Parts: sequence; structure tokens; C-alpha cells
Amino acid sequence: MEKKNREGSVIFSPYIKGESIIKAVSLKREDILFELRESKLKGRGGAGFPTATKWTLVAAASAEEKYVVCNADEGEPGTFKDRVLLLEYPELVFDGMVIAGYVIGAKLGIVYLRGEYEYMLKSLEDYLETMRKENLLGKNICGKVDFNFDIKIRLGSGAYVCGEETALIESLEGNRGEARNRPPYPVNTGFMGKPTTVNNVETFASVAHIVIKGGSWYCKHGTDKSTGSKLFSVSGDCDKPGVYELPWGTKISELLKLVEAKDTKAVQVGGASGICIPKSQFERIFGYEDAATGGSIMIFNESRNMLHVLKNFMEFFVEESCGQCTPCRIGNVKLLEGVEMLERHEYTFGYINKLKELGKTMQLSSKCGLGQSSPNAFLSILENFKEEIFNNGGNNGK
Amino acid sequence: MENKGKLRAPVSQKPLVIEKPVDPSYIGGTISIEINEKKVTVPLGTTILDACKMNGITVPTLCHHEDLCVAGVCRVCVVEVEGMRTLQASCAYPITSPIKIKTSTPSVRKARRHIIDLMLSEHYGECYSCLRNGKCELQYLAKEYGVDNFTFGHVEAPRYELDESSYSVIRDMSKCVLCKRCVRTCIDLQEVGVLESVERGHNTRISTFLDKPLLDVICINCGQCINRCPTAALRANDPSDEIWAAIDDPAKHVVIQTAPSPRAAICEEFAMEAGHSLTKELNTALRRIGFDKVFDTNTTADLTIFEEGTELVLRLYKAIVQKEPVALPQFTSCSPGWVKFLEHYYPEQIDNLSTAKSPQQMFGALIKTFYAEKAGVKPEDIVSVAVMPCSAKKYECNRPEMNDSGYKDVDYGLTTRELARMIKEAGINLPEMPKSDFDSPFGEASGAGLIFGATGGVMEAAIRSIYEFITGNKTEDAFANANVTPVRGFEGIKYVELPLGEKFGPVPDVIKHLVPNWDWLKGVTLKVAVAHGTANAKKIMDDIKAGGKFSECHFIEFMACPGGCLGGGGQPIPTTPEIRKKRAQAIYSEDESLQVRKAHDNPNVVKLYEEFFTDGPCGHKSHKLLHTHYVKRGRYIA
Repeated sequence: MEKKNREGSVIFSPYIKGESIIKAVSLKREDILFELRESKLKGRGGAGFPTATKWTLVAAASAEEKYVVCNADEGEPGTFKDRVLLLEYPELVFDGMVIAGYVIGAKLGIVYLRGEYEYMLKSLEDYLETMRKENLLGKNICGKVDFNFDIKIRLGSGAYVCGEETALIESLEGNRGEARNRPPYPVNTGFMGKPTTVNNVETFASVAHIVIKGGSWYCKHGTDKSTGSKLFSVSGDCDKPGVYELPWGTKISELLKLVEAKDTKAVQVGGASGICIPKSQFERIFGYEDAATGGSIMIFNESRNMLHVLKNFMEFFVEESCGQCTPCRIGNVKLLEGVEMLERHEYTFGYINKLKELGKTMQLSSKCGLGQSSPNAFLSILENFKEEIFNNGGNNGK
Repeated sequence: MENKGKLRAPVSQKPLVIEKPVDPSYIGGTISIEINEKKVTVPLGTTILDACKMNGITVPTLCHHEDLCVAGVCRVCVVEVEGMRTLQASCAYPITSPIKIKTSTPSVRKARRHIIDLMLSEHYGECYSCLRNGKCELQYLAKEYGVDNFTFGHVEAPRYELDESSYSVIRDMSKCVLCKRCVRTCIDLQEVGVLESVERGHNTRISTFLDKPLLDVICINCGQCINRCPTAALRANDPSDEIWAAIDDPAKHVVIQTAPSPRAAICEEFAMEAGHSLTKELNTALRRIGFDKVFDTNTTADLTIFEEGTELVLRLYKAIVQKEPVALPQFTSCSPGWVKFLEHYYPEQIDNLSTAKSPQQMFGALIKTFYAEKAGVKPEDIVSVAVMPCSAKKYECNRPEMNDSGYKDVDYGLTTRELARMIKEAGINLPEMPKSDFDSPFGEASGAGLIFGATGGVMEAAIRSIYEFITGNKTEDAFANANVTPVRGFEGIKYVELPLGEKFGPVPDVIKHLVPNWDWLKGVTLKVAVAHGTANAKKIMDDIKAGGKFSECHFIEFMACPGGCLGGGGQPIPTTPEIRKKRAQAIYSEDESLQVRKAHDNPNVVKLYEEFFTDGPCGHKSHKLLHTHYVKRGRYIA
């Protein structure tokens, strides 16, 4: 696997394969958890749950078997940073998983790899094999007596919902990919009913660096509430799309400049389930306290029709809802129908307002994150691009 | 039920059931919470829904069902929990911390109404032309929670084709609201696993293996899914129009047999509380509808005891005295759902099934032979109807081998629900009917036949007779008032040992030619077991396969439905553990009120052996009319 010359202060900073494992096994579990807590690292998949808290809960759960699961189901439209990590920096991801196994007391880690990434399966498995040969996996890892841990890779089958951690676990167990009721949470009742930590690819990669360089070093990057850096998958109307590592706190406008975007009208932050930010708000910053994102940044320039953009997102959700709960299964269809009404200029403001209320209900009452976030695009585009949508072609709503 | 309180989000073929602590003693203790600003204390692990119920607060539900594991998919039961960003499904939220709950806030009310609106927008059909009008949970929710128009539209054409292939269950998926109760019933409650969600998103629907018609998959026709469907998406295959036509045809002689369970439950269809038997009122109503004769299925239940009991004795004799290989334990064969379950799942063990037909089919064969002759009616002019608590009986009477009379032995299986509709259509208020008896030549049957309706009933009826036949003592000597309580009750699996002792009576005349004496049973302890619901049946069958304690049983009663026939797929909707308990009480108290409570004391059956089955139980004639054979179906269907 060839590394491209990527710049970054944290994740893309120099790292030697296995070094964090060697250091970790010389430390006590509590010490690693302490550093993690110091780092204030939050889950990089998008939800932003504190990683130290999650691991502490799993470590504290009393069970014979525990599992580490790496969520590599990278399915959010517009995100492709996990692909880069797995292809170019597998040492960071797998080392992070081994550390998780050490901290929580698991013997097995499972990578849930997006079905479309099947092409990298062979090289990843070869990589794991070299780790086994180097005693970075297997028995008594790096000489640590009784620390046995191995990693398996499982392929997803293309359902977006399986990026949701409980649906992912269901899928791993061979079941239909549908979110579970929570509580109980995977930290207590996860894979095969055992305590499980499910973390994003990028989270594991961050952990590897934190173990080497320490929590306080990590905190030097980013903002108070959003420490460290973030990988951004940038696509859309710009000259330099790609994966960028930037510290949290970067302004949207700064990113746009970096990727040489021109005439930008809107930025969709956080993929289809994220929010659409208009030009007037480009001074906002990326961070959990403001524009949170799992990494997907889609740029739309002045030539784009925001209703088309929205329709595309809604079609995505209608198809990708698992179909389990009512608000998400039918609600998304109703929102899409609303968009089509707007397209045809056959709407009443009364009905569109009802759909906005429905969107809020979906956010509140859907069973999992998919349904809860699926109206975000609808609500934010209708709010932020009122002029364009309702004055579309000079036709006001009937 | 077993599945109650088990928490598992989605359903799947191989469910991993995660226990949640329902029994407070399991983790111990209670917890103080606030519901609508009122402080209450509930056992740790109670769901928000149950906590509300305990405190007299109603929270609407749809996908929730007392018999089933938690789904949390309809979202109608959402409530606010202080500090949580989203609303929580109260059915799926076990309380483990001192939370503050609000069950009626603006956002909760709005969400509920939206969710009901959304379901209605996809729910095809009109209430007034629907079978479940007035008994539909979706309709009820719409009424109770302020839905006064189709806010998000209403589907104008059916989305899916009707599946009418099955003799027992009709699937109208255009009315389905995807609560998945049927899936959970089929997979978790019954462990049959015919129904599952397929596709995803808006295209999600409940379907069968490879979308095959229900007739072509391993559905056992138990109809438990119908009983738990909140709408009319699932219903029984209703023959009442054909029956009306037969009644209206003067050339037809229409007879009806009524099973014990419908009479103990039909009151529920007439706005009465569960637990009142309307046996004799029903007889009158049936005559007023126009049935020519009304017979009691309990008669052939008594006959079943003779046949199945004799068969058991013969099997034991073969095994103990003649040392010949013989299939033991003997399994009961009254429940057609169970029979088909065994044929699919344990085909290698069909030899263990008693060859005795079910009471319904025995009666069918008798009506078109013995009765036809006696009444001077041509069998081809007889239309034979059976009122059953069961949807599988519809399939059973259509099994190709069920024509030993030379005709289709039973023409129509009618469920309790369908009969109630016929009665209402005839303008009859059942509870107000005067009482009348069953018709001769079969007349009234014994209490033993009656209790066939409850789980353990067949076993109790068998014990009441076999015990007396063998020991020569009265059942009352061993069991107070002849109530064999160890086989009663709703425990999933019951196991009873019955030492036969050292002293035996004379062999009764009716089977004297088959066994010379009882001495060979000296020191034998009769081991019997009872299971209801196919999930429990599966446990026993797997134990037998593994050579466990049930493989040493002599006789095992299996009923496909939870609670036995009284919880059958043709019984009034809704069904809950509480309702089934009341139906059982109705059956057992009617049994106690009867003079004749043992099958062998039924004079009409004794007379049948004297006049018709002259070579006795399991004799040549009885073999022709009262016994059957089974099919090794297996699980893989081409």
C-alpha cells in the first residue's frame, strides 16, 4: 500500500507501525484511559461520543467475552476518509484496535468493512497476517503475557443503516441490518450480547497517536470543546477535492479557500444526514460546538439548484431507511413527495409547514440516528434557501 | 408468555434474545421515578410503558403485544424522558435510573398524531368495508388520538396482491402497518419462522421465503399471527358465504359440530367479559341460523380417548411384552398445527404421532357414515361444518386423505370469529338465547372431551380413563374430584409421573381382545408430558432427539397454540395471557358442572362401540374411519 504524501498535524503525523502497541502494553489500562480522557477524543463517526467514556464502560462491564468493533462501513454520502486510512494508514487503525482490545479486555476485534470496499479486503488481510508474524496480533502480544488479541474482517452488504452501531452489530450477527432499541447499549449488550465497543476507523487512528504522544499533546490541536484534528472528505464544486486533515475550529471559509472552491453557494456539512450551510454562515467553524461532521463536506456552487440537491438526499433516505420504524420509513417518503411538489410548483405553504413539523417529529421519534437525522437536509435547505426555492422561476407557491 | 420482557430490537431467523431483568427479584430493588410530575416507585427494570400502566396512565401502543418480545418499531408509544434529546419508545425502555417521564407534552402529542397519520397514509382500504371494523387497533388509535383527516394523504390503490393461497390464513399486505407482531409471533413465539421482513425502506414488507405463497411454505396454519395482527392484514380464510349458501339450499342437510373452545370464548364477540361459556345458548343460535343438526365435538373427543388410549396401550404392550420396536413416546394428534409442525420440522418422528384422527375429523367421518345411515340422509347431501377455535382445522379438513367416509369428511372449518359474525348477521344476540341441548344421536359428551380445549386437557382426559381402566380404581382416589391438576396450567412444559402400582383391575370388555391382563404393567411408572405452543414443542422434540428425559416418556400432549385450543388462531381477538386464563376457567368450571366427566362413561360413545365399531377401538372399522396417516414433509419445499 503506497502512502501519498499527506500533510496533517495529528493523524498524518509520523508514526511507526506497532509503536503504540509496544508502548500500550507497558502501561496499565487505567493509564491509557487517563490519557484518552485527557485528550477529550470524541467519536469520529459523527455522533461524537467521548471515546474514553465508552471504553471505560466496556472495560468496567463484567463479562468473559468482550469485543472491539471497527466501524468501517463508511456509507455517509460524500465521505471517503476511512478508505484513505485503511488503504494508506492501516497501521494506525489496527494498532488502535489492538489498544482497545488491551484496554477493555477483548480477545477479538472485528472490522465491519463496507461492502463496496471488498477490493481492499485481500490487502488488509495480508496486512493483518504480517502483524501476526510480528507479534502485533495473536498470543502474548509484544511479550505481554496473556494479552491475546486478533482481528477479523467482515464485509457489509451495502446497507447505509449498518453504519449505525446497533444495526452494524445485528448485521455482524447475521441478522437483518436494523437498529436495536437502546438502552441497553452495546457497551453492555453488544455483539453476541457481550460488551462491545464500536468505534470509527478514524477514532482508532487517533488513539494510536494519543498513546504515543499523550492526551495533553492532542489537546493542543483543535478547540476547547473539539480537541485534535479531523479528516475531511471534500467533494463537489472545487478544484482540489480530496481528504484533508485540519484542526477542529477551522472556518468553513478557510476550507473553501484551501480546496480552491469558487462561487460557492452552499456547503453540506456531515453528508446527507448533515446540514446545509449557506454563504452567509461560512464564517462558522467545524467542531462539535458548531458545524459538527463525520467528515463529509460537499460543496455546491451558484450553478446548483438546491431543490435538486435536496431531492437527491431525500431519495437516498427513502431508499436507505431500514424500514423498521414508522417515522423514518414513511416520513422520508412524505418529505420527498413534498420536494417533488415544490419542483412542480404544486404546493401550499400550509402543507410545507406541516412537512416541516413532520421533520421535527422524525428527528424526535425515529428509532435510530438514521431517521433522526434524515430530515436535517430538508429542514436546513428549506430554511436557508427559502428565496431560491419558493421563488423558483418566479413561481410562488399556490 | 416466555417471550414477554425479552428485549431485542429487530427480528431475525436466529434470534439472539437478550434478557432484560423483568423479575425485580432478579436484580433486586425498586426505583423512584417521576411520571407526569408524580413520584412513583417501580421495580428496577420495569419498562416505562409498564410503569405507566401500573400507575393508571395510558400510553398508546401498536407494535407492543403482551405475548411478544419488544420491537419498539411503531413509535406510537413515545414519551419524553427529561435530559434526553429524543423521545423514547416507552415499550422498549427499561428503567434503571431515577428518570423523569412526561407522557403528554406538545411534542409527544404531535409525534403520536404524526405517526398515526403516517400509518394511515399507507394503510389501504376503507374502515366500513373492513373485517376488523370496530376491532382494529389502528382505527382505535386514530379515534383516540385526534386524527380527523388524512394529513399526509391516503393510499388509493392496493400496494400488494392478496395472498389467498392458504386454506387457513389470508395475507392482505396492503393493510399491513409493519408492526411485525406476526413476524415476532411466527419466529419467537411459535418458532416456526415463515414470516420475515424483506426489502428495505419504503419497500419493506412482510413476506415468506422467496415470496412464495403461504400455501407453499412451511406455515403450520396455527393462525397465531392473525390473533396478534392489529389490522386486517391477516385474516382467516372465511367459508361463511359457502355455508350460508348450503343453509339456504333446501336439498342440503347442514350439520354443525362445535368444539369446546369456541363456546368458552364466543361471549367475547358479544361485548361480554371473557370467561363465560355459552354452550347451550350457542346450540339454539345455531338452529335459528338454520343448521339442521347441532353436535358436540366433545363426543369424538371422548372417542379419541378410546382410540388414542388403546393405541397407547398397544404400543406399550408391544414394547414391554412383545419386545418389538415401536415408536414411543406416543404423541397426540388432535392439533393440526402441531401435526404439520412435526411433519415439517421432525419428519423422522411421524411414527410417534398417534394415528387417531383429531376429534373434528373423526366426527366428519362418523357424520357421513354412521349418522347418515341412522338419519336416513344421503351422505352426498350432507354439508358438514365444524366450529373450531382454530385456523389450522381449515387446512386439516382439506387434507386429501381426509375422505374416509367416501366424501370430504368435513366440508368447512369455521372459526369462532366467523361464526360470531354469522350469528350477528342473522340478527341474533347470542347471550340472550334460550338454552337447548345437543342433538341426538350423539347428545351431550363428557367433561373429558370438553377439557380438550385447554392445554393439558387431552392428557387429563386420557389419565381419567387410562388410570381407571388399568388400576380398576377411581380417578378420584388419586386426584381429588378427578381434577388432574398436575397437567393443568399455562406452564410451557409440564411433566408428570404416574406410578401404576402393583394391583390392577380387569381389562375392560371393549379392549379385552387386545390385551389379556395388566400384569405386564407391574411396577411401571407412566411418564407423560404436556407442551403448548410450538416453541415449547420444539424444546421437547430436541430433548427427545438428544435422548433426554422426554425420550423416556410414554405419552406426550402437544398443542400448537399457546394455552391450547382456547388460544387458537380462530378465537376472538385480542388474546392475552389474562384472557386465555379466563377461557380456561370457563372450560374447567363447565367440566366440573357436568355429570359425566370421563370419556369411558359417555353412554353415546359406549353405544357407538356396541352398534357401529363392533370390533372395538383400533379395530378394523375404526382404523378405516377414525385413523389416518401423515406425510414426511420436511423443511425444504421445492
